[in-house]
Amino acid sequence: MSYLEMDDVSKVYGEGATKVHALTEIDLSVDAGALVAVMGASGSGKSTLLTIAGSLEEPTSGKVLVGGSRLSRLSRNERARLRRRSIGFVFQDYNLLAGLSAVENVALPLELDGVPAKRAQSAAMTTLEELGLADRAAHFPDELSGGERQRVSIARAVVGERHLLLADEPSGALDSANGEAVMRLILAACHRGVAAIVVTHDAQLASWADRVVFLRDGRVVDQTMPPSRPESLLMPAPNQ
Amino acid sequence: MSVRHALLALLSEGPKYGLQLREEFEGRTGEVWPLNVGQVYTTLQRLERDGLVESDESNDDGPQKGFRITAEGEEELIKILVALHLPGVDVHEVVQVHRRYMVELMQQWTRLKEDEGHLDLGFALVVDAELFRLDSVIRWLDAADGRIKRATVEPLRPVAPTRPMPSVKRRSGVRR
Repeated sequence: MSYLEMDDVSKVYGEGATKVHALTEIDLSVDAGALVAVMGASGSGKSTLLTIAGSLEEPTSGKVLVGGSRLSRLSRNERARLRRRSIGFVFQDYNLLAGLSAVENVALPLELDGVPAKRAQSAAMTTLEELGLADRAAHFPDELSGGERQRVSIARAVVGERHLLLADEPSGALDSANGEAVMRLILAACHRGVAAIVVTHDAQLASWADRVVFLRDGRVVDQTMPPSRPESLLMPAPNQ
Repeated sequence: MSVRHALLALLSEGPKYGLQLREEFEGRTGEVWPLNVGQVYTTLQRLERDGLVESDESNDDGPQKGFRITAEGEEELIKILVALHLPGVDVHEVVQVHRRYMVELMQQWTRLKEDEGHLDLGFALVVDAELFRLDSVIRWLDAADGRIKRATVEPLRPVAPTRPMPSVKRRSGVRR
């Protein structure tokens, strides 16, 4: 069953001569447990797609459903609650709060949602342990490596009962080993039932996804077919 | 363009041996479509049967057997080239089909290393090598796509005189 559904979504910025069609008639659905990658050049509309899916921005037309709720029918407060409870964001530059330790950063969305501090910290600690970061819990962001910071931001995105994970170039500044570690964590979240979208221009990251959607000039122009069995790579190529 | 058409195009430059045709095909497609020798010879036999190429008189079916294009073959090739330049052929779409195919191959290779616990080191290195190779092809496609897009806005000026291409030896990479 799809957790996120974008139906005929368009986004236009500006008016008249300065009008920019950032997204045009996007149809995209992501099932619970599925990992979808969105690839495209700079300016193709990838980030706009993510901010609309995450209810940070409203589409000019079309509808967006998250967990069955149509976003345009929710009040501002209801959308904020949905973001705190159900949606996790991962950004290229981590966006961790410098004055908070790793565990406090991870606990933050739960505390903002009214979960008592002790319970929130305990849930945050459990998530950090699952991500192999228990020994870094008390460290502040500037005491962590880039890879560790991104893993903490993934912990923050999946802590509690999140169902949708939205990642914008999650390995932007990381080397390939750390990029792979990040994708393994996102994939593990999907295996637990989280629906995820990773927006990237990096094919190595995108290749971890079940489905890769290609954007060009704000339109979905193509997508991959479901991957065939890996064994097929080890067989001789069929004659053309 | 099929293998059949590509071989015809290569033969339009002059007579060639089967093995030479395979190497030139792979070299000019950036090794994106590896061809096996069997594919080359089967295609050449069909082209010969259809009267589009002819081979040496010798009975030698090995790598030293030469092939040349016939007048009918040249006519066929011209028809194809005309079709390729018809308005309505979207270059970005051609690039995208190629890009999608590469990403699908990368997805399959990535599946192989998903289960980290059971990943043999040697095999992991082979998988990485293939992923980086495919990734470089996609980067090249992205760059080409961008260059074509810019060229349609600002057409490239013709470069004169034509310089010979630098000769680059084919590397021996990891083959599927």
